[in-house]
Amino acid sequence: MARAVTTQHKTIATAVAWVVALLIFFPILYTIITSFKSETEAIAGFNLIPSFTTESYAEVQSQYNYFKPFMNSVILSLGSTILALLIAVPAAWSMAFSPTRRTKDILMWMLSTKMMPAVAVLFPMYLIFRNLGLLDSRIGLTVMLTMINLPIVVWMLYTYFREIPGEILEASRMDGASLWGEIWYVLTPMAVPGIASTMLLNIILAWNEAFWTIRLTATNAAPLTAFISSFSSPQGLFWAKLSAASTLAIAPILIMGWFSQKQLVRGLTFGAVK
Amino acid sequence: MATRQTQTLARFMLAPSVLLLLVWMAIPLVITLWFSFQQYNPLNPINDRFVGFGNYVLFYSNPAFLQSILNTLVLVLSVLAITVIGGILLALLLDQPMWGQGVVRILVISPFFVMPPVAALVWKNMIMHPGYGVFADIARFFGLQPVDWFAQYPLFSVILIVAWQWLPFATLILLTSLQSLDGEQKEAAEMDGAGFMSRFIYLTLPHLARGITVVILIQTIFLLAVYAEILVTTNGGPGYASTNLPFLVYQKASLEFKIGQASAGGIIAVILANIVAFFLMRAVGKNLDK
Repeated sequence: MARAVTTQHKTIATAVAWVVALLIFFPILYTIITSFKSETEAIAGFNLIPSFTTESYAEVQSQYNYFKPFMNSVILSLGSTILALLIAVPAAWSMAFSPTRRTKDILMWMLSTKMMPAVAVLFPMYLIFRNLGLLDSRIGLTVMLTMINLPIVVWMLYTYFREIPGEILEASRMDGASLWGEIWYVLTPMAVPGIASTMLLNIILAWNEAFWTIRLTATNAAPLTAFISSFSSPQGLFWAKLSAASTLAIAPILIMGWFSQKQLVRGLTFGAVK
Repeated sequence: MATRQTQTLARFMLAPSVLLLLVWMAIPLVITLWFSFQQYNPLNPINDRFVGFGNYVLFYSNPAFLQSILNTLVLVLSVLAITVIGGILLALLLDQPMWGQGVVRILVISPFFVMPPVAALVWKNMIMHPGYGVFADIARFFGLQPVDWFAQYPLFSVILIVAWQWLPFATLILLTSLQSLDGEQKEAAEMDGAGFMSRFIYLTLPHLARGITVVILIQTIFLLAVYAEILVTTNGGPGYASTNLPFLVYQKASLEFKIGQASAGGIIAVILANIVAFFLMRAVGKNLDK
C-alpha cells in the first residue's frame, strides 16, 4: 500500500526544505554575487543584485597572477591522485581477492594512520623536505598529498573490489585464462567504475587539503588553498576580489561534487554506508 | 581457492602501500619523539641540549596548553553535536516528498566542497564582519548593535564555520542511510498505529546507528586537525581563546621556534588522537563485521 501523500504535506515540506537549503547555501551564493560587484558595491550593505562587472576577475589575474596557483592546484590534485591509485590499486586488489587473517588488521592500521595529527610531524617533515630540496616544490607536495590520502584510497578501492564476485575469477581460470589475462580482461572492466569514483573523491580531498599545502609552500608551488589564505591580512578594499578568487577556486570542485554524491557517501564512509 | 603463486603475488602487491605508509609514519614520528626530549632552537643553537621530560613539563605548566586541549575538545564535541543532530533533522526533511528535491540536495551538500580557507574567509568577511557583514546588516535592520563575533566569541565563531562545512557531510551520509530503511517496515509500524515519535525512536534511530557511528568517526579525524579555519580567522586569539592543540603546536614550532616544546605538544596530540581512535576503531570494526 502506497503511503497517501497529501498535497498539503508536500507543499509544506517543499517550502521548509527550500528555505533551509537556501540558508545553508547562502554564503556560497553571496560569494558568487559579490564576485560580480565592484569593490565599493561590495561593502555598501546587503544587496543581492550586483552590477555584473567582471573587473574583479580581471584584477585577480592581473594583480596576483591567479592562473599560477590555479594550475598548481590542478597539477597537485591530479598528480597525487594518479600516484595514489598506482600504489593503492594492487594493494586493494590483493586484499580483496587474496584476503588473509591479517587483512582486516592491515586495513584498520591504515585507517589509523589517517588519525595521526599532521601537526605532530610538522617539524620533521619540514626538515626532510628542506634537506631533500623539496620545500615549495610541486613534486614534494604531490608526494605529500599522495601519502596522506593513500589510506582512504586503499580503503575505498577495497570496498569496491570486494564486491566483484570471486566466482567470475574461477570461471575464467577454468576457461584457461592466465593470471594477467584474468586481471586485464575480466577484472579490470569490472573495477573501472570503482576506480573512477575513488579518483573523483581523491581529487576533491587533494584540492581542498589545507595544512601541508599552506605550510610547505611559498610562492612557486602554492596551490589555491595557500593563495586564498594569503587574503587573510589584506590591504585596502578586497572583498570583490576575494569573492572572485574564491568563486574560481571552489567552482570546479563544487560541480564535480554535485555529480558524485552517490560515490562520495560510499567512499567517505569506507563502504559502511551505501 | 587462491594458489601459492597468487598468494605470493598478493603479498608483493600489498607491500608497497604498507611499507610506504610505515616509513612515512615512523620516521617523522621518531624524529618528533627525539626532539621532544631536546631543547632545540634553530635561531639560537647555543642552549641546545638534552632536557629529558623538561619540554613536557614546560608544555604542561603553560596555561595555554590546558586551554588549547579544552578548546580542542569543545570544538570537536560542539561540531559533532551540531552536525549529528542537525544532520538527522535535515535528512528527515529531505526524505519527505517535495518539489525540486534534487536541487535542494545539491544546495545542502555544497558547503562540503568549499576549501577551508575560502569557507573561513567568506564567513569572516562577508557574513560575520562587525561592519560590513550580513549579520551586522541584519542586526542594524532590527536596530541592534552589531556583534564583533571573532573578538567577542572567537571559539564559537570557529565552531560555526566548521559546523557549516561538516553539516552537509552528516546530512548526506544520514540521508543515504535513511533511504535504505525498509519501506515495508515503516508501513507496518504505521498501520500498527505507531506515531511519528515512536517510529523515529524505535525504527529510524536504530537503523541510523551505523551511519551516525561512521559520521562521528570520520568527522573526529578531521575535526581534531582543524587548522586553516583558525589561521585565517582568529589566528588563535584573542590570547589563546580559539587556539586548539594543533594550532598551539604550529605556533610553538613555526613562530616561536621552540622545536622541543612543539614536539612535546605534537606527541601529546598523537596520544590524544590515539585514545579517541582506539574507541572509534572498535566501534567501526564492529560495524563493518555486520
